[in-house]
Amino acid sequence: MSSDVAIVGIGIHPFGRTEGVSGRAQGAFAARQALADAGVEWSDIQFTYGGSHSAGDPDSLVSDLGLTGAPFINVHNGCGTGGSALISARSALMSGQYDLGMVVGFDKHPRGAFNTDPASLGIGEWYGQTGMMVTTQFFAQKIVRYMAEHGIGHETLAAVAEKSFALGALNPNAWRRKALTAQEILDAPMVNHPLTQYMFCSPGEGGIALVLARGEVAHRYTSTPVYLRSAEFRSRRFGSFEVFSPWTTPETLTGPTSDAAAAAFESAGIGPEDIDLAQIQDTESGAEIMHMAETGLCAHGEQEKLIAEGQTRPDGRLPINTDGGVIANGEPIGATGLRQVYETVMQLRGNAGQRQVPGAPRTGFTHVYGAPGISACTVLSR
Amino acid sequence: MSERRWVDDSLFVDPSETTSPTLAGARCPRCSTTTFPYQSGCPRCGGDAAERIALPTTGTLWSFTVQYFAPKSPYRGFEPFEPYGVGYVDLGDVCVEARLTVNDPAALALGMPMELVTLPAFAEGDVRVDTFAFAPQEVTA
Ligand SMILES: [Zn+2]
Repeated sequence: MSSDVAIVGIGIHPFGRTEGVSGRAQGAFAARQALADAGVEWSDIQFTYGGSHSAGDPDSLVSDLGLTGAPFINVHNGCGTGGSALISARSALMSGQYDLGMVVGFDKHPRGAFNTDPASLGIGEWYGQTGMMVTTQFFAQKIVRYMAEHGIGHETLAAVAEKSFALGALNPNAWRRKALTAQEILDAPMVNHPLTQYMFCSPGEGGIALVLARGEVAHRYTSTPVYLRSAEFRSRRFGSFEVFSPWTTPETLTGPTSDAAAAAFESAGIGPEDIDLAQIQDTESGAEIMHMAETGLCAHGEQEKLIAEGQTRPDGRLPINTDGGVIANGEPIGATGLRQVYETVMQLRGNAGQRQVPGAPRTGFTHVYGAPGISACTVLSR
Repeated sequence: MSERRWVDDSLFVDPSETTSPTLAGARCPRCSTTTFPYQSGCPRCGGDAAERIALPTTGTLWSFTVQYFAPKSPYRGFEPFEPYGVGYVDLGDVCVEARLTVNDPAALALGMPMELVTLPAFAEGDVRVDTFAFAPQEVTA
């Protein structure tokens, strides 16, 4: 694994709503924590990739962290921001140009559903004016079809969110820290049929930083390096069903999630059957169900049984979203993909406390999905 | 309200036809891929000479949801807000996303026959702004 890239330091600013603390300040908080975790100074960091969607220019963090002259590159790539920053940093280290770098992501979004201008995606104003420029409608329509095709019931949608809140309650950095029963989740106000309020994530706030090193020098910084075995990003191909689509193909042929996941497993030389725990995009509880199969972690239609048996809980056969996922943590766009990596490192180090996956897990998988049809996946191992 | 207009004329084959409209799609002459609304570029083969075609006015419901809260801007609707249905209708070569005239999920089912209708979307002063929508098809004996 000497040619791999290792994560040698991690930092987090708690997710949720932190009044009076800017997104930038949350990013700086996470960065300082990651530096301390790796036992290095900001002046040791040779380059940084930083991402934020709506909380300012990441490279302005240098005025808080120190003006060292090292390159700091801003990444602004929608839901793929964290994944893109991570992939860029990994390439910079694998090229041999650097030994030590940082990836930082933070955000702070206003309350309520994300608001997107159709023109920014090349769609006419009519689409938004008539009420179809709504992310949640996409996930609802995708799961309506999926539930019919694979015989999945509403109680499974509720069971996913019930697990998310139960794990959020065990995660000191989560936003939603109160467990809810499946019945409370089913009885909550409907947002988009068949999904209720508690089945959806909300835009939120938070910050994550990772210190990365070339695998060959990782042991200078930590006795518990976690290796980034692969990181792959894909955009949609023809025949995938995506958010903000005025039209789609009658037959869904492919999707960026399955493309990115397959590439990540192949380039890591580690298959889905070898994965000990996974963090996958759960924008709503249906997304967790669909992405379990799209990533290859299980077969289509197998999810309902796995979930009912508790196999996706930390002590199950296929632990999913062990920190409560975006349902319990909210979705600060710049930080959300990196939170999945943070949680995986916590688990592989054995530091995840009450939500720790038993049996000293060795491998983890992360997956983000977002508009306008992108996915980024990583495979990590001790 | 005496006057009306379409939310966007370019969505229709003949915007002056206000009661029985037809949606204008695009078909790639190279690979026959059909898209909506019209765009010259083909997302499948990269061609750049799509023909403007009239899409079928009937199809089947491919998927659906109901919007229970008022979206943020640029959404424009009537006050007070009424939940509305949204769905994809399979027109054979392409599925088109549209407002549905029905907002009760129990009255909607995958595969049910649907037909194109017009729907008042919002008002602009005295002008009623219409859009296209799909309604469950009336069964004629
Ligand atoms: Zn073509």
